[in-house]
Amino acid sequence: MDPESQAQIKAVADRFEGDDLVVVLGAADPEALEVAGETVTSGDPAYVGPLAGVSLRLPVVHILEHEVKEQVDPQVYAEQVGLLELALDADAVQTAMRKLRGNE
Amino acid sequence: MKLQGRKAIALGERDGVPGEAIAACLATAGAEVVFSFTECFV
Repeated sequence: MDPESQAQIKAVADRFEGDDLVVVLGAADPEALEVAGETVTSGDPAYVGPLAGVSLRLPVVHILEHEVKEQVDPQVYAEQVGLLELALDADAVQTAMRKLRGNE
Repeated sequence: MKLQGRKAIALGERDGVPGEAIAACLATAGAEVVFSFTECFV
């Protein structure tokens, strides 16, 4: 993740510390998911950005996960994610997210 | 995880679901999106 985005996430996390902040990912590639998830939990794995060595330990979910989808208005979900959901490998995303959270 | 009433970061990706689409969805789930962006993973 680029350093500028890391800086913005860090600023938001600092500002809303203790406010039930959650990160919702949209990446489809398992490697991209791993990098994004690791960056907002245990810190920048590349160790180059502002989150290097910073463990935000933010909870992470994915927009394609069932527990997220079921909370979204179905019409809006269909408009915003519907086609992408068909094109992306939702099962691979679910597996990657379980692995990321350590509950595989 | 219940999203209602939580503050959320929508971390989208160009080759996946963009941040704006995630944010639009989260708003209907009762979450407050405090930061949204779309990454380009290379």
